[in-house]
Parts: sequence; C-alpha cells; structure tokens
Amino acid sequence: MIKSELVQRIAEHNPHLYQRDVENIVNAILDEIVAALARGDRVELRGFGAFSVKHRPARAGRNPRTGEHVPVDQKSVPFFKTGKEMRERLNRENATSEASA
Amino acid sequence: MTETGKTVTRVDLCEAVYKKVGLSRTESSAFVELVLKEITDCLEKGETVKLSSFGSFMVRKKGQRIGRNPKTGTEVPISPRRVMVFKPSAILKQRINSNGAGAKTD
Repeated sequence: MIKSELVQRIAEHNPHLYQRDVENIVNAILDEIVAALARGDRVELRGFGAFSVKHRPARAGRNPRTGEHVPVDQKSVPFFKTGKEMRERLNRENATSEASA
Repeated sequence: MTETGKTVTRVDLCEAVYKKVGLSRTESSAFVELVLKEITDCLEKGETVKLSSFGSFMVRKKGQRIGRNPKTGTEVPISPRRVMVFKPSAILKQRINSNGAGAKTD
C-alpha cells in the first residue's frame, strides 16, 4: 500500500470529505511525526510502536572498494521500535499460518 | 521552540490534524486512529506500506533459531515469527540531520 492508496481507503469510509482533505489529514499526521523527530523528540503510539532518534558518533570509515580511510561525521538516525500489541498481532495463529518459508 | 526530550503521542497528532485541517477534535482523533488502523491492517496481512517522503513499513519473516537466556546462559529455541521493520526515507533522515543550527518547525 502506498500513500495515495491509504488516502483512497480512508476517503471511501468518509464520503463527506474530499480526497484532498483526507490527503491533508494523512500529511498532517506524518509531518507532525517528522517535525517531532527533527526536534529530537520521541513519538510514542501505543499499540503501534515508537519512533525515536539515535545519535551515531563520528567514526573512521573505509571505502570498501579501495580500502581508503574516510572520516564519517556524527549523525542522527531515526529508529522505530514495534509496539507490543503490533508484535502480537503479527504473530497471531491465523496470521502466521503461511509463514513456513 | 526547542522541546527536546518530549514525547509526542496520539493527542499531539490529533491536535495537528485539528489545527491544520479544521475538523473537530473528536473527528481528528478518529482519523488518527483510522490512519493507524489502515496501516496496521495492511501489515498484518504481510503487505508493505510505503509512505513517500516518510518511509516504509515492512514485515519480515524470521526462521527458528537458538537463543540464549542472557541471565542463566541456557539455550532456548526462538520460534519462527514475523517482525515489522521501518525503513526511513532519505528525506526523513535528512530532516533529522538538518537540526544542527537550531531546531526548526515548519
């Protein structure tokens, strides 16, 4: 599912709204999460999961092709931890029945 | 406004929808739930959810493996399971790293 399909599905349940409005709703939610992470805040959505920012210190990297040393600057990376309820939902018996890989 | 160390929750997302879209607070809150529900339902079916400029959520299948109780050292089998992973988009990663010169809100 991509964002436009998500918008479409929600619009189907809400015929009183324009697709444009639903798009704004989805974007408002995602933008708020991004803005929070950009500030360094955590976003916790019970039952779904939590987004946080992890800091990676600067390190000496290496170009794997040439073996050359390259300095890697410190950076922050977004991190997502799945919520308990979500984890359980992914592993309910009926959900895992076709999980034999 | 730098509010580092804060935790954003559903209430804040609802408030953002309320302010930006102009629905009632009750309706905004229902939409936050609906968006999360649609994403969750999709993932439960094993489908990937791609949200452009944000990132994608994927479900991965893990086979059985032998784990160890870190406290006692006893070996225990870890059952096969499905896990969800989030892959942040390049735009999200960039936004998070552009906060060096003071946090900015749009």
